[in-house]
Amino acid sequence: MELTGAEIVVKCLQAEGVEYVFGYPGGAVLFIYDELFKQDKVKHILVRHEQGATHAADGYSRSSDKVGVALVTSGPGVTNAVTGIATAYMDSIPMVIITGQVPTHAIGLDAFQECDTVGITRPCVKHNFLVKEVKDLAVTIKKAFYLARTGRPGPVLVDIPKDVTSAKCPFEYPETVTMRSYNPVVKGHPGQIRKAVQLLAEAKRPMIYTGGGVILSDASKRLTKLVKLLGFPCTNTLMGLGGYPATDPQFLGMLGMHGTYEANMAMQNCDVLLAVGARFDDRVIGNPAHFGQVQRKIIHIDIDPSSISKRVKVDVPIVGNVSDVLEELTRQLEAAGYKPDQKALSTWWSQIGLWKSKDCLKYDKKSTIIKPQFVLERLYEITKGDAFVTSDVGQHQMWAAQFYKFDKPRRWINSGGLGTMGFGLPAAMGVQFANPGATVACVTGEASIQMCIQELSTCKQYRLPIKIVNLNNKYMGMVRQWQQFFHGNRYSESYMDALPDFVKLAESYGHAGIKVEEPSEVEPALKEAFKRKNDLVFLDFVTDQTENVYPMVQGGKGLTEMILAEEL
Amino acid sequence: MRHIISIMLENEPGALSRVAGLFSARGYNIETLTVAPTEDESLSRMTIVTTGSDDVVEQITKQLNKLVEVVKVVDLSEAAHIERELMLIKVRAMGKEREEMKRMSDIFRGRIIDVTENTYTIELTGTGAKLDAFIQALEHSAILETVRTGASGIGRGERVLKV
Repeated sequence: MELTGAEIVVKCLQAEGVEYVFGYPGGAVLFIYDELFKQDKVKHILVRHEQGATHAADGYSRSSDKVGVALVTSGPGVTNAVTGIATAYMDSIPMVIITGQVPTHAIGLDAFQECDTVGITRPCVKHNFLVKEVKDLAVTIKKAFYLARTGRPGPVLVDIPKDVTSAKCPFEYPETVTMRSYNPVVKGHPGQIRKAVQLLAEAKRPMIYTGGGVILSDASKRLTKLVKLLGFPCTNTLMGLGGYPATDPQFLGMLGMHGTYEANMAMQNCDVLLAVGARFDDRVIGNPAHFGQVQRKIIHIDIDPSSISKRVKVDVPIVGNVSDVLEELTRQLEAAGYKPDQKALSTWWSQIGLWKSKDCLKYDKKSTIIKPQFVLERLYEITKGDAFVTSDVGQHQMWAAQFYKFDKPRRWINSGGLGTMGFGLPAAMGVQFANPGATVACVTGEASIQMCIQELSTCKQYRLPIKIVNLNNKYMGMVRQWQQFFHGNRYSESYMDALPDFVKLAESYGHAGIKVEEPSEVEPALKEAFKRKNDLVFLDFVTDQTENVYPMVQGGKGLTEMILAEEL
Repeated sequence: MRHIISIMLENEPGALSRVAGLFSARGYNIETLTVAPTEDESLSRMTIVTTGSDDVVEQITKQLNKLVEVVKVVDLSEAAHIERELMLIKVRAMGKEREEMKRMSDIFRGRIIDVTENTYTIELTGTGAKLDAFIQALEHSAILETVRTGASGIGRGERVLKV
């Protein structure tokens, strides 16, 4: 039987087990929307802006192990979606984006709502396709899902001209797909793993540093087992939080620009470093030349060979899927009868204890103005550390990363690589769809939240009981902090004047809002909000305008050249 | 360091722009780039001449390998290889210059492939350095137009780049 391209698109989504498509209709995708209308297996979630569609699909993917799907129209539909696609790309999030295109005969003629989608998105997708003939449609969609979820995951875009969605051809969804040019490595090289075992066994001042790769390959159980076996300290990157339980005594907190003193000191001063699914980026190790001043052996496990020896030369590269490699590494360690060098380790742990005693995250707990850190500590306690927390970008993001102790993977949802303001709320929608009934909090600021505020309307339509924790200091806080430190207190355009009344704004969208101005009101307000299981509650906390995120490693400085709170 | 990189890639629209886009996005140099389909028409063979430190070239090959349409990447300059470039050069050839120009072309083993009363068009093949040398050997004002293909390369001996 022959099907239209639009029918094929929907059949393919069904065959892939897609539950939700986040999207926004338009001329070029009308046939697809018509087919979505005629079935109820794939549910369409109508966002209010295409950026929201991509962030929601992204949040859905990050908080589950499924591929998020977004559907947008040609031209402006695509350009609006680009921010969300680039966000997913930087954090290696598996996503499929289906975009409408003007009919094939109109391509290149500057048609209405035409843009070169494949060209515009090329640098921010793992791969993209323009489907010019309906016979290629099913296999292309199959490839898109396959590419998105295998190897180093990422967003894959399929651009479909309108006439392709109305043309007909016989339909068969391929069971499998092979591509001679795409063969991601899974298992690590056993010889390399053997070298790693040897280095780990000889380590006197070891350190384990893990990133988003652990989350993406669902390897946190295996990581935890390995870290326990070794008895070594462990730190997570911003993208890796939850990969190792934050309440475990072997966890040193996040490292990097706003990492803990102990994590950064241990990272710099270790003699053997095991890097797992992380990429030594500028926000993590600071200046690579400074990092290189200390001699250490580095073992690097990553699925992407181009992440290895990109910024830092490593001694034992292991290319493979993190989960598979960790399993083999643990197996070899156990087989070799590994016993930690207790003497060396206890010396190292007492050194770490000294660094810990700096208590680098301390803040003024007696303040009469609400401290943002205090809000996040209470949020952690009231949600019993079991919420899904999305965030936007800036100070609030760093405080959430520092103060919310994630014990499980896929609970901390943030735009780490691209640093996209506006990510938090639409991502929270995707998280809520992937985890119905779960507690979802969006930690944000008054600047970030306004970038995708229109999604409050989507939240109403689908009754998403997200709790928005708005740390409102009337400043783009991180910009203000940099201006204070590095630009002579000249707060150029970082003050947010003419802010809306967020309580009324939330109410006008049909939600509840609570404004919180006193430290004593913080806990009752949070409790009240999280008690309302079925409502979206917008908590507007009026917080200290002068508060800064510490510790801080200035851009270009060495990892241990931290600015600490007491030094100011 | 100069490197000559050979790439086998799917002969599909857009594949070239993915490679070119990668070089510009990551700030790598392209000195020359040539591409054409192979005997297997589903595959194109591309030769890129680039410069960079060993670290940069290592990243270039890794990043190229990541492109979904790239099937194989080889740094030809890692071992013995041959490279050739084709140049068409139109020169002024009038009066007594005419004989001199013919002789010059012969010395460099060029072939005159088009003739007018006032000009010769010479076809010349060789390494980039040889083509440079020919241009330098001519009087600058005698050169009317040049067009070069950029280098194509192949491994020496039994070294074969095949899918």
